[in-house]
Formats: sequence, C-alpha cells, structure tokens
Amino acid sequence: MDWLFLAEVSLAGIGAGGLYALTGLAFVLIYKATRVVNLAIGEILMLGGYVFFGFAAGLALPTWLAILLTLAVAGLFGGVVERLLIRPMLGESPISVFMLTIGLGSILVGVVELLWGANPLQLPDYMPNTPLFIGEAYVSAKVATAFAVAAVTVVAFLLLFRFWRGGVALRATAGDQAAAYSMGIDVPRVFSLAWVIACITAAASGMLVGAIGGISPTMGVFGLSVLVVVIVGGLDSVLGAMVAGLFIGLLEALTGAFLGGEFKMLATFTLLVAVLVVRPYGLFGTHEIERL
Amino acid sequence: MAVAAARVAEAPSVLEVTNIEVVYNHTVQVLRGLSLRVPEGQVVALLGSNGAGKTTTLKAISGLLALENGALTAGDVLFSGTTTRGRKPHELVHAGLFHVMEGRHVFEDLTVEENLVAATYSRAGASARDFDLVYEYFPRLYERRKGLAGYLSGGEQQMLAIGRALVANPRLILLDEPSLGLSPLLTEEIFTIIARINAEHGTSMLVVEQNAAMAFAVASYAYIMETGRIVTDGPVETLMRDQDVREFYLGMGEEGAARNYRDVKHYKRRKRWLS
Repeated sequence: MDWLFLAEVSLAGIGAGGLYALTGLAFVLIYKATRVVNLAIGEILMLGGYVFFGFAAGLALPTWLAILLTLAVAGLFGGVVERLLIRPMLGESPISVFMLTIGLGSILVGVVELLWGANPLQLPDYMPNTPLFIGEAYVSAKVATAFAVAAVTVVAFLLLFRFWRGGVALRATAGDQAAAYSMGIDVPRVFSLAWVIACITAAASGMLVGAIGGISPTMGVFGLSVLVVVIVGGLDSVLGAMVAGLFIGLLEALTGAFLGGEFKMLATFTLLVAVLVVRPYGLFGTHEIERL
Repeated sequence: MAVAAARVAEAPSVLEVTNIEVVYNHTVQVLRGLSLRVPEGQVVALLGSNGAGKTTTLKAISGLLALENGALTAGDVLFSGTTTRGRKPHELVHAGLFHVMEGRHVFEDLTVEENLVAATYSRAGASARDFDLVYEYFPRLYERRKGLAGYLSGGEQQMLAIGRALVANPRLILLDEPSLGLSPLLTEEIFTIIARINAEHGTSMLVVEQNAAMAFAVASYAYIMETGRIVTDGPVETLMRDQDVREFYLGMGEEGAARNYRDVKHYKRRKRWLS
C-alpha cells in the first residue's frame, strides 16, 4: 500500500468534495426556502463559468472585476428567474415546478452554445499555480484554493442559519408560509433572496470548477452529482450538504484511483441507495414531525 | 357597569371595521356588510357558530385573506386610524397588528426559542427581556425552549402562539379560537393569561371564540355574528343578562340551569336572530 498516494488521492477527493458541498449549498438554499427542487443548479453553475469567461477572456477585464461582475450577473439572474418563472408557479404541483427547472437548464445550455459554441474552453488562469504540500502529499493549488473558498462559504451559511434572525425567518418561511406572513415576514422577498443568494453561490462554484477542469456546455452534469450529494445529506440541510459533499468527493476519488474511473458512478449511487433505504430523508434532513 | 360601558364608548378605536364584504374565489360571499370596532386597550369578543365567518373577519383585518384567494370587495378597515386596504400583511404586522391564527401554526421544525425569534422579525429592538417576559407568563415554554415546537402538546403550542404575539409587542392582537382543542383547565389557564396581558400591557385584543363563557370573562364588549353579519352586540354585562344570549351561547335556561341539548336545538330551529 502506497500511503503517500492514498493521502494525495484523498486530499484531491476532499478538495472536489468542497465544490460539491458549495453547489449543494446553492441547491439547499432554494429548497429550504421555497421547497423547489431546482434541477437547473448544474446549468446555473455552468452559466457562472461562462459569464466569468466572457468578462475575463472576452472583455479582458481584470480578474477581481470579472469575479465581482459574474457574481452580480448571477444574483440578478436568480432574482429574475424567481420573479418571472418560479413565483407564478406558487401553489402549483411540485412536479410542474420541477419540470420547469429542467426546462430552464436546457435553455441555459442552448444559450451558452449559441453564444460561446459547444467546444470546451479553458478559463484564464487566475488562481495560484505553485504546488502545495501538506506533509509530503502534493495538492494542486487550484483545488486547495477552491476548497478554502467553499469551506469558508459553507461554514458562514451554517452559522447564519443558526444565529442570524434572517436565517431563522427563512426557515420559518419554509415551514409555514401563512404563519410566516403573520409574523411580519415578507415571504415573497425571502423567496427572491433565496434565489439570488443561491445563484450567486452556484456561479462562484462554477468559476472554481471551471478553473480546475475547464468549461463546456455539458459541465451541468456536475449538478447530477450534486443532486446525489443533497439527497444523501438531506434536501434541506446545509450541514448535510457539507458532510455528504466531502464524503462523496472522497468516495469518488478513491474508487476512481483504486478501482478505475468507470466505478465512480457505481460507488456514489450505491451509497445513495443505501442511505435512502436507511434514512429516506437523508442523513441530516428533517423528517416531518408526526404527532399521533 | 354603566361606568364600564361608558369607558368603552369613549375610548378611541384602535380598530374600526365598517361594512366589509368578503368574497372567496370571486364567487362565494362570506361576509355581508360587517362592522365592528375595538377601543384602545380593551378586549372585544367576536362570537358565533361554526361557519358564521369569524375567522374570515380576522383574516380580512390582517390581510391574510389574500393567501386564500379571498378579497375585500366593499367596506373599509381602519387600523390606528389608517386604512389597511392596499397594505401587505407583513406591513400591518410591522405597524402593530398581530394575528394569532386558528390552529396555532407554530413552526414545527424550529425550536421554541427560534419561534419567538421569528416573531421578533417585525420589530427593531427586541431584547432578552422580551423573551424573559414570555417565559415569565409561560414557565413551561422556558423548560422546553431548546426543544422543537412540533413536539409540544396542544396547550403548549397555544402558549407559544400567544408568546409569539407577546414578543412582537403589538398594539392589537387578533386571537382566533385560543381554546381550540384544549381541555377546560388549559382553556382557563390560557384565558387567565390573555386577561393578564391585557391588564399589564394595555394590549387591545379582538378574540374569536366558541366558548362564550370564557370570552365573556375577559372581554368588555362582544359582537355576535351569524352567516356573515353581526346580529347583536353590546357590553358584556348587558349581553350576559340577555335572554337569548344566555340560552344559545351560555347554554342556560330561564332558571339559570344548563338545559337539555335537545331543547336548545328545538328552540334554535324555531327562533333565529334574523328571519
């Protein structure tokens, strides 16, 4: 057994897991506040990558400005989508809203292909390239940076939900809309805010994923792995997204390295099935309180 | 008694409802020209049988009607002297109009304490002292403050629902059937606290109740409604002496003894408030 190799693979896996957790956070935010299963999350992530590419490479703006503008565009996008597509669907069957987000994902892929073409592109290098060593184990600096950003964001949100009054308001809205209104909470604004913040988070994730692996119109499939992550972690749990994200990242890296890349999916979906059998609401998800 | 009645008449209104009509789904008319007022610092009771439109009246006042496809088609609601028409429900809460909904509606996945935090959303300067006040009224909530509200008993949930109104420190509380599903003992406990809140904070209240005896114990004035309109109203002292009210709402006959239910039903068929 090559312990150094194991350590390096594990570190790379945890790094990738951080990005799962970050994107999972974007998914959880929307689900928590609005009970919408947003299957377009992978495509919104992709959009973030491409918008950054447009600003940084297309318009040749400085990196910091391109990042800020990308986050702003993503926030605006989230607000517009919520207002024009999601809010009119309030009270409709969850399946309809679910289908709507699938449609939104397809449209985003189409728009990106129209504007930038279907070929994979390379994001301009904006992250440090000096190799990093933890002990003797090598970690790509990009992965480490991405992990750091993801970790800080996820932990910040965890704390916000617990200690900030607005976070409590958001959870209250998710629980009982009529009661939230009667507490003086502006429910439509909470919905809108959830989408804005979630899309900003997804776009940030897209810039990080794109910097590591490049961008392409098909990078939305990343969202599929994220869906597994949030189902395993619990659809409405930030903590769950974090733990499951890291764990699945690690699991994929280890199976990829020791069994071969074709077993990655097998491993994650086996985990998914196992978790669903034991805890149908995910590891950390809330299950409905039934009082008999 | 006459003094009390005069005080009711003189106090300025915190709430004034004039001739409102409410229609659900553009088709079903539930309220037909209903008027009532709540004087500052008083508890007013709104009584009536099932389906009379009591809950709808409260929702029309607080604006929650819009969530159920209902609309105020005529009349006006003045809260603190300004109309509530065109104002969003959350804006009214911020202005000091707090609606404690029927069936308690606690946030089940939030802890007791977080439920109270959510209720402070409408005011800027809520402090630990406001929470202590709630826990002082309801020591049981203090014991269970870290537990999920969904696991509270019905009575405790009602306490929490009222506690949320208390931390919000409103001018007017709309209380929809606080006795719903509670044992007589718990009902009495809840009403004792309602009376205390009114006495100690001067909070005005409009209480909807099925339990007329309980409502009369805390209210100074009462309205009785039937099929969408007010059929009788007056100071509680007067209503308590009214023969029909005693019979239909307090369940007492002429001798003051509780009557056989079959007689009451028989009477009711024959005699209505409006014919």
